[in-house]
Amino acid sequence: MSNKKKTTIVLFSGEYDKAMAAYIIANGAAAYDHEVTIFHTFWGLNALRKDQQVPVKKGFLEKMFGKMMPRGADKMGLSKMNFAGMGPKMIKHVIKKHNAMTLPQLIEMSQELNVKLVACTMTMDLLGLQEEELLEEIEYAGVAAYLGDAENGNVNLFI
Amino acid sequence: MNITKIVDAKGLACPMPVVQARKAMNEIETGEVLEIHTTDRGTVSDMAAWSKSGGHDLVEQKEEDGVFTFWIKKG
Repeated sequence: MSNKKKTTIVLFSGEYDKAMAAYIIANGAAAYDHEVTIFHTFWGLNALRKDQQVPVKKGFLEKMFGKMMPRGADKMGLSKMNFAGMGPKMIKHVIKKHNAMTLPQLIEMSQELNVKLVACTMTMDLLGLQEEELLEEIEYAGVAAYLGDAENGNVNLFI
Repeated sequence: MNITKIVDAKGLACPMPVVQARKAMNEIETGEVLEIHTTDRGTVSDMAAWSKSGGHDLVEQKEEDGVFTFWIKKG
């Protein structure tokens, strides 16, 4: 077993700002040479969705869920001051102004830094999300795999 | 002081300076010195904490016209 420190993050929320916080911490931890895992469950799964529509077979409820949830990180709303979609526009403007990174850029960077992105398969089923609709090179797991990473972890967050 | 590598992280926001510092650190050998320039004031605490955690030595730092410069010796 490696003696690297571990950071594990559960991303439960599906809002742009909360996901951004999770990914900033993940990238920071990777720079600390930690082994980093982000376990995406419930609304957090939307951060892993591809932004284009992927043709997959779905039931009526799953289709509705798919339509109502943000298709990818860039389409997420804010947890505060969303203002029916104006909020995210404003936040992206200030992100640019301050030379910070957007959420899609943070996700891309985390993949470059070998952060392990995990999708919870049980909630994928609940929300009707299929592997084809999510980003490439992610892993699929359940609670045991997450606990396996977290029990030896040094930093553990639920966002 | 012999500087092996210089990283310009001016204008970059958290977490980029520390990500770039780590990348550069991986490219130099133990005992060699990395010089890094930043403008984000959070990096003053960040570089100190990151160096300590990684076993590196933050040899010196200064601030001039809003630009922070750090010299970190790889441990």
